[in-house]
Amino acid sequence: MKVHEYQAKALLQKYGVAVPRGEVTDNPGDAREIARRLGGRCVVKAQIHAGGRGKGGGVKLARDADEAYELARRIIGMTLVTHQTGPQGKLVQKVLIEEALDIDRELYLGLTLDRAIARPVLMVSRSGGMEIEEVAAKDPSAILREPVDPALGLFPFQARKIAFALGLSGDSYCKALVFLPAFFRAYVETDASLAEINPLRVTKGGDVVALDAKMTFDDNALFRHPEIREMRDLTEEDPLEVEASKFGLNYIKLDGNVGCMVNGAGLAMATMDIIQLAGGRPANFLDVGGGASEEQVKNAFRIILSDRNVRGVLINIFGGIMRCDVIAKGVVAAVVEMGLEIPVVVRLEGTNVELARKILIESGLRITPAEDLADAATKVCRAVA
Amino acid sequence: MAIWAGKDTRLLVQGLTGREGSFHALACREYGTAVVAGVTPGKGGTTHEGIPVFDTVAGAVEKTGANASMIFVTPPFAADAIVEAAAAGVDLVVCITEGIPVNDMLRARAFLESRARSGRPARLIGPNCPGIITPGECKIGIMPGRIHRPGSVGVISRSGTLTYEAVFQLTNLGLGQSTCVGIGGDPLPGTSFIDCLKAFRDDDSTGAVILIGEIGGMAEEEAACWIAGNLRDKPVVAFIAGQTAPPGRRMGHAGAIISGGRGTAADKVRALEAAGATVVKSPADLGKAMKERLS
Repeated sequence: MKVHEYQAKALLQKYGVAVPRGEVTDNPGDAREIARRLGGRCVVKAQIHAGGRGKGGGVKLARDADEAYELARRIIGMTLVTHQTGPQGKLVQKVLIEEALDIDRELYLGLTLDRAIARPVLMVSRSGGMEIEEVAAKDPSAILREPVDPALGLFPFQARKIAFALGLSGDSYCKALVFLPAFFRAYVETDASLAEINPLRVTKGGDVVALDAKMTFDDNALFRHPEIREMRDLTEEDPLEVEASKFGLNYIKLDGNVGCMVNGAGLAMATMDIIQLAGGRPANFLDVGGGASEEQVKNAFRIILSDRNVRGVLINIFGGIMRCDVIAKGVVAAVVEMGLEIPVVVRLEGTNVELARKILIESGLRITPAEDLADAATKVCRAVA
Repeated sequence: MAIWAGKDTRLLVQGLTGREGSFHALACREYGTAVVAGVTPGKGGTTHEGIPVFDTVAGAVEKTGANASMIFVTPPFAADAIVEAAAAGVDLVVCITEGIPVNDMLRARAFLESRARSGRPARLIGPNCPGIITPGECKIGIMPGRIHRPGSVGVISRSGTLTYEAVFQLTNLGLGQSTCVGIGGDPLPGTSFIDCLKAFRDDDSTGAVILIGEIGGMAEEEAACWIAGNLRDKPVVAFIAGQTAPPGRRMGHAGAIISGGRGTAADKVRALEAAGATVVKSPADLGKAMKERLS
């Protein structure tokens, strides 16, 4: 799960990570008040779940409170397009108003799981403000990677090693030795899957401050973090994906025209692949899971059909645990409720497959049966062509 | 022979008395697996469907000689169940549970590593996996037993239903399987592709290997390196799911995400082909390609 910059900073601050003073708001009048409290000069930052906000015009410096008002007025309600939002952009609903800090240096600090060694790894570089992938591509040696034992935590010697590698000294060195362990603790204790401070600002006075903050969290661990779960911003997500998640369905909208309903994530991906090989384009990823109920299948089918790009549907079920008759009943129930104007190709294999075929045939619906995976893909692609 | 699971396996089931645990434990028993015990804290001393239930894994092992465990415990408690099984000296721990927090798995992994260092290793398969089956001998997991048949193709996969698809194709073409291992869709699987490949290399009853990977992580690339150096005499047929998946989106499995430009299907296909594997573009061609490699 993703959160906004202001939410990530609030979490980090709880663990003792230094962040700029600031407040979030959804209206320009408040922005002026906040700017006044911060002493006038401030930064107005659009809050959306995407990077590249500065280049897109979503981060601006205000010289005084009136300018903060003016900037907030312009940024709130704008559709911000960055390299991460896609061409349709994202609507800005809130801005973060922060004190403007002077700059000595800008660094990069990231923390995520390294699967190969099963350890979280701190990544730091002297090239703050740049995307870490760009730095890695240009000069891998510019990134220091420090694996940390999650149970033992970040040792002081590791924090010193990182601070020296970043070329910090004096006050900023001391501040980093506080910042780094706090940052690591925040990552572990919130069950984050990624924490990134880019840039990490070193001020002329030697302060080390998280100028920006990005955090994503392990969905599987949210059950023990109700306060983080509360931070979920549904307006940042695709409405169909939000709808699907209500029914425990794993749905991701794509831009093709062949809707897919599959059981199992791997088979769902493979079905998308084979559709493309057959000359079509998948409209979505949808995994109904191993033990979906008739109700879930019905909702899954309804969600697929409510995507206006969908011109045909491929249902591919390999019933291990999943009973094929349950799938068939769910599909029929959805079609009865919504009507069906597009072709549906069904490939079923597994438990109760004969019963399922009977249910589909007796429903009188325009459903094309398929022999196997390849046959199904060919048929659905032909139908939408 | 085959690998890790066979006629000598004595299985206990953690979470036996739950709905899923019960259903699949009985399916495994019906397949022929010796299901000797169940563990549900608080229900020790009772029996469930004729299977004795214990409060602790250690108790079950002591009384029944169980040497493998199948875990159906809910996600918040599943990592602890893995550790409990390993601590009780169970050799093979198969965790079906999906949705275990990564931090819990990091701790469980650290425990397993320390056991291994002290010479008492336990093999963890999964979590978030369909399990392991040696056709005709032993099934530990949720896969449909009837689609398998005994033979000489080893199957390794990160995905459940996609494995069934591959096995079904093999069986329909008359190609049986030695052992099929679902290593699971999580970012930190207990058993890796390479662990399976090593075991298949050393297993006389395995003559060829099907490897089913997916986007995310570097496990397929690492497997490819290993194959190039160590598995020249057994043909490998592979498929990578997620060729059409967009970067930055998690495709159902916690581990299936292209991030930072790494873990794409194209990279994995290239690496496996360079290692001499036949990589099929369509998942419908897995069986056929294996048949060709073996003819």
